[in-house]
Amino acid sequence: MHLSDFQLFVLITIIKIAVVLVITLTAVAYTVLLERKVIGRIQNRWGPSRVGPFGLLQPLADGIKLFLKEDLMPMSVERPLFVAAPVIALACALVSVAVVPFGQTFKIRGVDIFEVSNVNIGLLVILGITSIGVYGIALSGWSSNNKYSLMGSLRASSQVISYELALGLSLVGVVLRAGSLNLRDIVNSQIGHGFLSWNFFGGLQFVGFFIYIMAAYAETNRAPFDLPEAESELVAGYHTEYSSMKFAMFFMAEYANMLTVSCVATLLFFGGASSPFEGWIPAFGPTWLQAILPIFWFVAKVFSFLFLYIWVRATLPRFRYDQLMSFGWKFLLPLAMANILATSLVMALRS
Amino acid sequence: MHLALFFIFGGLAVLAALNLLLQRHPINSALSLVVVMMSLAVLYWSLGAEFLAAAQIIVYSGAVMVLFVFVIMLLNAGEEERTRGSKIASIAGFPGAAAIFCLLSFVFLSEGHKLGLSHLGGSLDEASSNISQISSLLFTDLLLPFEVTSVLILVAILGAVVLAKKER
Amino acid sequence: MVPISYYLVLAAILFSLGIAAYLVKRNVITIFISIELMLNAVNLTFIAFAHQWNKLNGQIFVFFVMVVAAAEAAVGLAIIIALFRSRQTLNVDQVNLLKG
Repeated sequence: MHLSDFQLFVLITIIKIAVVLVITLTAVAYTVLLERKVIGRIQNRWGPSRVGPFGLLQPLADGIKLFLKEDLMPMSVERPLFVAAPVIALACALVSVAVVPFGQTFKIRGVDIFEVSNVNIGLLVILGITSIGVYGIALSGWSSNNKYSLMGSLRASSQVISYELALGLSLVGVVLRAGSLNLRDIVNSQIGHGFLSWNFFGGLQFVGFFIYIMAAYAETNRAPFDLPEAESELVAGYHTEYSSMKFAMFFMAEYANMLTVSCVATLLFFGGASSPFEGWIPAFGPTWLQAILPIFWFVAKVFSFLFLYIWVRATLPRFRYDQLMSFGWKFLLPLAMANILATSLVMALRS
Repeated sequence: MHLALFFIFGGLAVLAALNLLLQRHPINSALSLVVVMMSLAVLYWSLGAEFLAAAQIIVYSGAVMVLFVFVIMLLNAGEEERTRGSKIASIAGFPGAAAIFCLLSFVFLSEGHKLGLSHLGGSLDEASSNISQISSLLFTDLLLPFEVTSVLILVAILGAVVLAKKER
Repeated sequence: MVPISYYLVLAAILFSLGIAAYLVKRNVITIFISIELMLNAVNLTFIAFAHQWNKLNGQIFVFFVMVVAAAEAAVGLAIIIALFRSRQTLNVDQVNLLKG
């Protein structure tokens, strides 16, 4: 059978989407397990250990449990929005993985196989999709017709709107250095002298990185900024009324957002899929190994960011709400602006 | 393909705008407007304005409309009731809007042959986007208006804070 | 290939729906939302003309419209909140204090 170029492109793209989706969902499931395990160890207990060897089949058991539970629909909810909210949250969390390049350029018949789509405004696409994700949280709280849900979702949406500014501004320094919004170009601007040319070390963007990581923790509603689901004040926050699969969708959306944030941090500040010894150790091994090895580095970096997430959650206490707001507006935002100013001054003086 | 894109997303925009008009609850109207904005973003992209498409999503549907939804949730606005004023307004409003629509589309369609065709612009996999052109224009020729808008935003922030502050 | 006039007609449809919603709706937030719809319709014509003349000025105009709309939304919603605080209603028919 002979395929035209367009048909081949469509076929490979569909395969890429399916593979990336399956890998992302599996990674989400195992991030949950990782979190439970690591927090267990940090708190001097075992964590899940019964299902399968070392508890490795626990995500499967959790998934089956959530699928088989009864799907409750409370009486006075706003039906269409109540159903739509978790779908919006999960879809927005999963779509943004589409523009992440998770390997180096490796083309088969003109189609880049290690990235679903190479978009020239990739960074803006990720920012846009994450900003749409707020609707999932906002609508879930409002349509539940429950005061705790409403409080949780009001907190979540104001927190996300406030920290989006600091998040966007912290990335400007990186964009200035790369001169492009294409994620592949941003990664390529950090290649040359191993880890010394990464934006974090060589680009002196560590201030930007710290702003980014703090704003990102607030964006994903994770500890120490997990006020929207503060169980001592708000029962469970915006998903109080949700059960079964709809609850699982919110849960998956939270972890998929963590994954996206880790991917973006890796791409923008830590050289994406490039090895820390690039340019010092010559490339070795057959072609397939050279194609696979960058993916290994990418996964390792993303994994360490996920580990950092969990470590922070196990270490830091929760902020108070006014502290959260004043931290975002009075500290992170001016600091991000100062970072932009300093970066552009250094770049102007160097050129 | 371009025509198909136009009809799918144009149709979606029109349907969502109709929904905005027909829904009674403000939150449904706000969400319909979000759908209009997102389908317009696709149309902007198809006209070669990919930066504005992204800005439309981030600024309009990601920030401005979230603010609207937030205020609707905060004030707990219920369904609006029909009053005498709304009856008068719909008697005068619908024919007026239809007249404006007829006038505008008559002009556009009768002069349509002078306007020419659009071609699918702004392919997203191109090496460069039009952001650099827009920004160089913005920071050289149009620097003064750009600075004035930043002052405008500052004034707007101050105004919003003063207006929404609780009186002691 | 889509004629530019199609885009303009689409913008006209959206604009007149915005006008109709502006006139018919009684809730002040919905009225505000229909103003945003009209602004969006006008933005579409700007971008269509920018494409027609192959110049970026139209796009920059849209950029400024977006900035002004964002500022306007912030101030307008603040006014709505202040209005709701003092009159406990969002219905424009009941906000007629200035009527003689």
